[in-house]
Amino acid sequence: MPASASRLDPDRLLTGGLRLCAAFSAALLILVVIFLLLQAGPVLDAIGPWRLFADDGWFPADTAAAGQFSIVALLAGSGAVAFGATVLAAPLAIASAVFCRFVAPPRIGQLFRRMLEVLAGVPSVVFGFWGLVVLVPLINRWQPPGASVLAGALVLGLMILPTIALLADSALRSVPRATLSAAAALGLSRWRTALQVALPAARGGVVTGIILGVARAIGETMAVLMVCGNVVQVPASVFEPVRTLTANIALEMAYAYGDHRSALFLTGLVLTLLVIALVLVAELGRGANARRTAHG
Amino acid sequence: MGDRLLAGVCWLAAGIVAGGFAWLLGDIVMNGLGQINLMYLLMPVADAGRAGGIGPVIVSTSLILVVCLSVSLPLGLATAIVLSEADDERWFGRLVRRSLDVLAGVPSIVFGLFGYAVFGLALGLGFSILSGGLTLACMVLPILIRSIEQGLRAVPIDIRHAAAALGMQRWRTLVAVLLPAAAPGVLVGVVLGIGRAAAETAALLFTSGYVARMPDSLLDSGRSLSVHIFDLALNVAGGEPRAYAAALVLIVALAVVNLTAISLSERLLSSRINPA
Amino acid sequence: MLPIWRLLLVLSAVVLAACGNGQTTTTVTLTGSSTIGPVMTEVARRYEAANPTIRVDVQTGGSSRGIQDARTGLADIGMSSRALKPAEAEGANQHILARDGVAFLLHASNPVDSLSDDQLRDIYLGRISNWQQVGGKDAPITAISRANGRSELNIFQDYFDVAERQIKPDLIAGENQQGIKLVAGNPDAIIYMSIGTAETDQQAGVPIKLLPLAGVPASSQTVADGSFPMSRVLILVTRDDLAPAAKQVLDYALSPAVHDLIEAQAFVPAR
Repeated sequence: MPASASRLDPDRLLTGGLRLCAAFSAALLILVVIFLLLQAGPVLDAIGPWRLFADDGWFPADTAAAGQFSIVALLAGSGAVAFGATVLAAPLAIASAVFCRFVAPPRIGQLFRRMLEVLAGVPSVVFGFWGLVVLVPLINRWQPPGASVLAGALVLGLMILPTIALLADSALRSVPRATLSAAAALGLSRWRTALQVALPAARGGVVTGIILGVARAIGETMAVLMVCGNVVQVPASVFEPVRTLTANIALEMAYAYGDHRSALFLTGLVLTLLVIALVLVAELGRGANARRTAHG
Repeated sequence: MGDRLLAGVCWLAAGIVAGGFAWLLGDIVMNGLGQINLMYLLMPVADAGRAGGIGPVIVSTSLILVVCLSVSLPLGLATAIVLSEADDERWFGRLVRRSLDVLAGVPSIVFGLFGYAVFGLALGLGFSILSGGLTLACMVLPILIRSIEQGLRAVPIDIRHAAAALGMQRWRTLVAVLLPAAAPGVLVGVVLGIGRAAAETAALLFTSGYVARMPDSLLDSGRSLSVHIFDLALNVAGGEPRAYAAALVLIVALAVVNLTAISLSERLLSSRINPA
Repeated sequence: MLPIWRLLLVLSAVVLAACGNGQTTTTVTLTGSSTIGPVMTEVARRYEAANPTIRVDVQTGGSSRGIQDARTGLADIGMSSRALKPAEAEGANQHILARDGVAFLLHASNPVDSLSDDQLRDIYLGRISNWQQVGGKDAPITAISRANGRSELNIFQDYFDVAERQIKPDLIAGENQQGIKLVAGNPDAIIYMSIGTAETDQQAGVPIKLLPLAGVPASSQTVADGSFPMSRVLILVTRDDLAPAAKQVLDYALSPAVHDLIEAQAFVPAR
């Protein structure tokens, strides 16, 4: 192929066009952040960022006390529910993936995978509805009031499980056959192959799956709104109700105006920053991993 | 001994997952199945959803998905092609990929607020199927790109080298070699995208709206199936049985799309390996 | 070949008709309270059936948004289930569509049949936490309050004269049906809610019961005759420069022709 490129070289046009599209896709995030900043501007001007942590609770529309904007309890709520969901879902999901690849007979493994795929397609509003009608009354009989961190973690856990399991499964699937054959040739038993060879080799995919799961858990709105009880407080136990950042936006946005409305956009920005931090942490972890592998 | 233990733990885990799944789905099937018949799928919505059917809702949902995919698919394909060829050490590919990772994590309700302000107010589309579809397009873009990119990366580098060695131009390589090879990945991406988009409620409340009438054009407001479920479950007194029915329709539709696409992509894969 | 030609002819006729319609139909948009939304949706359907050239789109999204949208012109008519604040009332016309009461609700199996105003206040301020203290069985009370901005919360606060931060709820519900489901699934729960909504659910067989307030039974009758103490108005909000089509829709919604639709949702039409 001649290296000199004329103005109408289709390859150049193609590369340019594709890059333009890619740049636009990346710019979307910047657009979203700018938009949130614009909307959150008034309240940031009025109260500054530190009052988000120093204020006396979340009473944005309290006329007597001129609005209190502490998001500490909301952060704690989001954190508790997402953490609980991940702790419940990740081990089950990884075990499910190992089940599909190494334990189950091929037909059952495939059937199980199909089931996970269907489960991944169940809308969150259905999970929330089921949690509200079935799960919450059940927990209430055991430890009232029922709607709680636990209910949220269970519903979200079931919801993010397919994501983690499917990604872990495809990561296990992409472990080279030669690696597994080598392990077998060395006389490693099946479970040692799975745990000490395949899973470490598939670590990248598993970790990505967990991070996507955590991000989904933090960002989920409708299901947590229905089952978590929505009381703004730092939970003292898993049986206490909490309100998450997302549920707070959904509950109050339609009724908010002025500084209150602006404060809700600010919490949207905080949510987005949380996810950015999560992705960066994952990035650092991946970097450290790569270095470790490179150095021996 | 260890093998037995591992097998036991894995069977137990799979059993718990399958049990939770059966519980959830069983509840919905038992409560929803009795209400569903042909009339229910075709008739207009009546009495705030407690009577009549979901015909217009199904049409609106499909239109929203069509808008969403016809915008996000070309954009996603182009971005995925760039990413699959970009070296991760170079800033451009790295930047695009990280932004997409973050975008994938942005809560859907934030997309809803964004779509309301940008498409609804700034571009003057108001509450419409177009607003909703475009908002969802922004939302599914990261998933779409990631799946397509994986499909493209699965094309062995040898094939690309071979194409280059044959003196094929880049765009010819793309059209004749890469895209056909990446078809299964594209399909998976589309299915995941449809799943995410059809399941979305929070973002659509602010953009495509509540109107349950049969839409005349893309500028009409249209109620999606997930919004319909949400409305019946949380807004309409006595709406619970119909909420179950609508949920069952949505789950079955998504499962059918999903399973068809999987078998299609497997056929694509095997047809590529077997002949020649 | 003939059938295909005929099909094409019919299709193009339909398309032409649709285009022609598109030029002459006017759209009237309503936004606001999700309590009023279902009623106005039915009113809109009936109006459209009688007036094919006018389309009525009903969107929900909360009272505050309804008021705001009506004032900025994003909507022709706003729906509000609370009284307008002085700043909001400026330049806005208010039309009372219906009345609705807010009453306390228990699970049907709860033996408690009445609570005094002081007992209710103490339950929500966290001073009474067991049903035994008010003559019920030995079980912890699950007091459910409503999210900030819901008109029920404002009415509750006005009636009992308490600030939002004084209320110590065990749970907070957003939409009405979330509250109903929480009570239906919890024999020890109490919530305050629209009487209209609660009565509709009762008729649908949901195991809930309404408590009298200050000795007045909670029902649409006592709301209608004005004796029920905790009540609110459901309002339609418009600007002065209302479009002719929107004016017609407004007049229709306020006319006796739709009273049966309002009563079907268990609200009391304004007379």
